[in-house]
Parts: sequence; structure tokens; C-alpha cells
Amino acid sequence: MIPLSHYLIVSAALFAIGTAGVFLRRNLITILLSVEIMLNAVNLTFVAFGRSQGTVDGQIITFFVMTVAAAEAAVGLAIVIALFRHRESLNPDAFTSLKW
Amino acid sequence: MPDTLLFYVLSGVAIVASALVIGQRNPMYSIMLLIVSFGALAGLYITLDAPFVAVAQIIVYAGAIMVLFLFVVMLLNAPQEDAAEWDRTHPLRRPGMARVGALLAGLLIIQLAWALMRVSALVEAPVAGRGDAAAISSVRALGRVLFTDYLFAFEATSILILVAMVGAVVLARREADR
Amino acid sequence: MDLRFAIQLGIIGLTFFMLVNASALLVLAERKIMGFMQQRYGPYLVGPHGVLQPLADILKLLFKEELRPKGADKWLFTLAPIISVTAAFAAFAAVPWGAETTLFGLLDTPVKLGASDINVGVLVVFAITSMGVYGIVLAGWSSNSKYSLLGGLRSSAQMISYELAYATTLASVVMLAGSLSLREVVDAQAGAWWGFIPRWYLFLQPAGFIIYVIAGVAETNRAPFDFPEAEQELVAGYNTEYSSVRFALFPQAEYINMATMSAVATDLYLGGWHGVPFLTALGLGWLVFLAKVGVLLFTYIWVRWTVPRYRYDQLMQFGWKWLFPASVINLIVTAALMLALHA
Repeated sequence: MIPLSHYLIVSAALFAIGTAGVFLRRNLITILLSVEIMLNAVNLTFVAFGRSQGTVDGQIITFFVMTVAAAEAAVGLAIVIALFRHRESLNPDAFTSLKW
Repeated sequence: MPDTLLFYVLSGVAIVASALVIGQRNPMYSIMLLIVSFGALAGLYITLDAPFVAVAQIIVYAGAIMVLFLFVVMLLNAPQEDAAEWDRTHPLRRPGMARVGALLAGLLIIQLAWALMRVSALVEAPVAGRGDAAAISSVRALGRVLFTDYLFAFEATSILILVAMVGAVVLARREADR
Repeated sequence: MDLRFAIQLGIIGLTFFMLVNASALLVLAERKIMGFMQQRYGPYLVGPHGVLQPLADILKLLFKEELRPKGADKWLFTLAPIISVTAAFAAFAAVPWGAETTLFGLLDTPVKLGASDINVGVLVVFAITSMGVYGIVLAGWSSNSKYSLLGGLRSSAQMISYELAYATTLASVVMLAGSLSLREVVDAQAGAWWGFIPRWYLFLQPAGFIIYVIAGVAETNRAPFDFPEAEQELVAGYNTEYSSVRFALFPQAEYINMATMSAVATDLYLGGWHGVPFLTALGLGWLVFLAKVGVLLFTYIWVRWTVPRYRYDQLMQFGWKWLFPASVINLIVTAALMLALHA
């Protein structure tokens, strides 16, 4: 049978990929997608730990994470649309008016 | 062992698809690959006796959030030619920086895997060892816990969604409408 | 290979075969019924009364050249029709279409009629149906044509909007039956009140049934909600640039989706294979099921050729301001009545 640690390693790999995406990509949409990958990695950890403890609490936390992810995507994409209207660009480096 | 094979195939698909999501210049392809990754994760949830979470994953992530992303990419007709230019000029992409970063990331993964493999409680016992699979996968049990122990969090989430909805409408509105 | 496994495989194959033929039959039925409504014959040349017309259509499309626009995205353009048709077939996998049967005493333990038996079946059908939108959206985007793109954009907005009402009505039925398994929902509708009114959820959820059917028409992109392919505005919408077999896959997916929607409506509201006691006793309940699905499919076609298309802003208004609130009120009233009657 598959031990818990294998699920955790998969989750860690996914989280690392998501982090790398946030740092490396220069496209606001891809950055938001990377954040979704990270949230999913965390979900996998919750469900795996919940299963190994024999309770449903892990699954329930997952629903809350999904809800937050949906809210985050809605607001995040609205901000992306608003920013794109101002600068005609999706590069985060284009939005530096408050930096000096 | 079909179970073991299933786990390795699904996690392989999830990791490779996620890696391709960020190794991709075309946001459209990124979104499609991320959907593949979510599908594989839903499969992993089924191996963990959580069919309801698996279906929710498909409905919420693949069916709603990703359609929203797709919609925005189509709406903005996102420029992807510039992306190549940005990638080249990014500070983290300079050779010295990139090498140090990659080395650190590799070390972190090795250390994490090593640490996880050393804890005998995590390695020796199978993940499905404790608890009754039927009780854990039952939607009835899930609902009972959600609406008793986690009732406050559940209600707070509904307010969060309302706030997010209002926020999204206000943010995405055109200046001329105000 | 033991007999039971072979029979299970046979049932899956039969489900697939029925779906493939359902799309061909629906093409013919649609053209014949449309002809009848417009006081003409419809297809009449191929075979007696034109019954072989679908075969002729398929042969014609097979021999056409496969075109791809110059600026089209090679991979997604090919993938889009495949996603559409795969999602349409896969959704039906979770739909049961007959009671448990021993095949007239052939087997010792009864076998379930339906491609699979999943304990969260209602949600699985919903999840896979919602994947179908990607086929249309990707077809619209990858064609590199403004009409296709508009069709794809409209489709994604429309399907997300109507999914809400759809899911909320599903929730009220699930609440009544106390189960997410379609088979258990059907079996909760067996029998009759006072001996003559069948215990169908149609009579407990009349508003829910109407909302379900309207949202179902919108989800399958049929008239009066066929905005993704509105001919007068968008040429042919998302499939403007498609030809040959790839083009044929889109209508096929649409017809199979219609069949799935009708089958799920039959399972949820019309008592599935229950309702005619002597046929159920003979083990022929699936005939009842097919008849009910047929009636719903006729209604689909009837509505398409009777009601004119909405305007796009009216569609969104209707979905968000009328249909969704109505489904929420339906859910709350159902829950309140259940509490009041149980207490």
C-alpha cells in the first residue's frame, strides 16, 4: 500500500512548482495559475492527512480552501482586467507607478 | 498492484502537467494543462476515499474557476509574444542567480524527501490504515460534520463569497459606467 | 472470463451503441418534426420516407476535405471537437437506465442496467457535463475567427450562468431523495400515492422540473438559447471554421448531451423506469425509461421550432434575475416543507 509520505512528496513537488511559477513567470494570468497549483498542493496534503487520521476534517478544510480559491480567482481576475485596461499589458513589471 | 500503479501514474501526470503549466508561454495552453493536472488530483482524491472532494474538484476548479480564466484570456486576447521578452529580461533568469536558485530548490526537495522518508510513522503505515473507508467517503458524514463542528466557518465563507462577488463587480466595471 | 463480467461489458457496449444511434435518430427526428411543423415533408429521398438520411449525411461529411484556417492553433483546433464528444459520451456513463435484472433468470444475482453505479452519480454527471464547455470555447478561440470567438465567449458565459440554476434544482431533488446516487433517487420514486398518482418528484417539485428543463436547454445550447451558434448574427458561431468529420462531432455532441439531459431528467423527476407496474414486473422497465426520454426529446425539438431566440442581454437577465432566484426559492421552500412535515 502507498504510505502517507508519498502523497506528501507529491504535494511538496506541486507546491514547489507553483512557487517557481510565481517567481519566474512574467504574466499575471500565469502567476494566478501558479497560485492555484499551490492551493491544490495544500488540498492534497489536507485530504491525505485526514485519510491517515481516519476523519473527514481534512476533506472539509479542502472545501474551505476551494471556496477561498474561487473568491481569489474572481477578485484576482477582476484586478487583472482593470490593470490591463490601464496599461495594455499583463507584465507585473509594467505596474510600477508607486515604486521609486 | 493496480492501486500503486494508479497512484504513480496519477501523481506523475499531476506533476508533469503542472511543470508544463509554468514552462509554457501561451496562457491558453497553461490553462488546458492545469485542467489535466486537476483531473489527476481528482483521481488522487478518489484513491484517498474522498469521492465527494474529487467531484467538487472537477466542478469547482475545472468547471468554474478555469472557465473564468479562459474567459479572461479570450477577453483580453492576452499578448504572448511579449512574454518571451519579459522572460529573458527577468532578474531571476540571469545565469548566476538561476544556478544558485536551482541548487537551493534541488537541495530543499532532497532534504524534504529525506525528512519525510525518515519518519517511520509516515512511511511504514499505509495511508488508508486507520478509519473505515465507507464512513470517510460518505457524503452524509461529511455534511454532518460540516454543518455542526464547522458551521461558523461555513457561514463566514458565505460572507467571503459575497464580498468577493461585490469586489469583482466593482473592480471590473468600466470607468464610463460610474 | 466469467459470464457476469461479460454481461457488464455488454451493457456498457449497449449504452454506447444506443447513444451513437440516438444522435443519428435525433437528426432524423429533428428534420422530420421540423418539416411537419412547417407543413412540408422534410427529408424524403434516401430510403423509405427518408429514414436513411442520417447515414447519407455522415457519408457526405466523411468524404469532405478537412480544412484548417491559416492562423488557427493546430493542437487546440483538433482537440476541441474531441473534448466535446468525449465529455458528452462520458457524462452518460453515470446515468442508470434500467432496474436491477437477472436477464429473465440467466444470472443468479441481479445485474444493474447502466454503464456504472457511482454513489455520487448526480454530481459526476454534472461535473462531466460542465467539462463539455471547453470543447465549444476552445473551438471558438482556436479558429482565429471573430465569429467563432464571439460564439465561444457567449457559450462560456451562458453555461456558467445557467449551471447555477441547474445545480440548485439538483440539490432540492437530492434533498428529497436523501441520496446522491441516481439509482437510489429513482428507486425512491417507486410506487404510487393513493394507488393511482405515481410517486414521481415531478409532482413534488413542479417548479424544479420546469427550471431544470429550461436550464438544460440552455446548457445544451439549443434554441431559444442557441447563442453560441446564432446563425443570423454569427454565421455558425463556434463551428464556423470546421469541416468534415470534425464538424460532424459538434452536432453529435449536442444531440448526445440532449439525450443525457433528458435521461437525467427522467431519473430525477419522472421516476426513471417506474410507473408502469406490469412492465416493471416483467423486467422491461427500461422500455418505460426509453419512452419517457423520447417524450422529453420530442419536447426539446418542439420548443426549438416554436420559440424564437432571445436577445443575448435578455438571456443573461433571465438566467441571473429570474431562473437562479427561482431555483433558490424552490430549494428553501422544499427544505422548509421537509422540516415542517418531518417534525
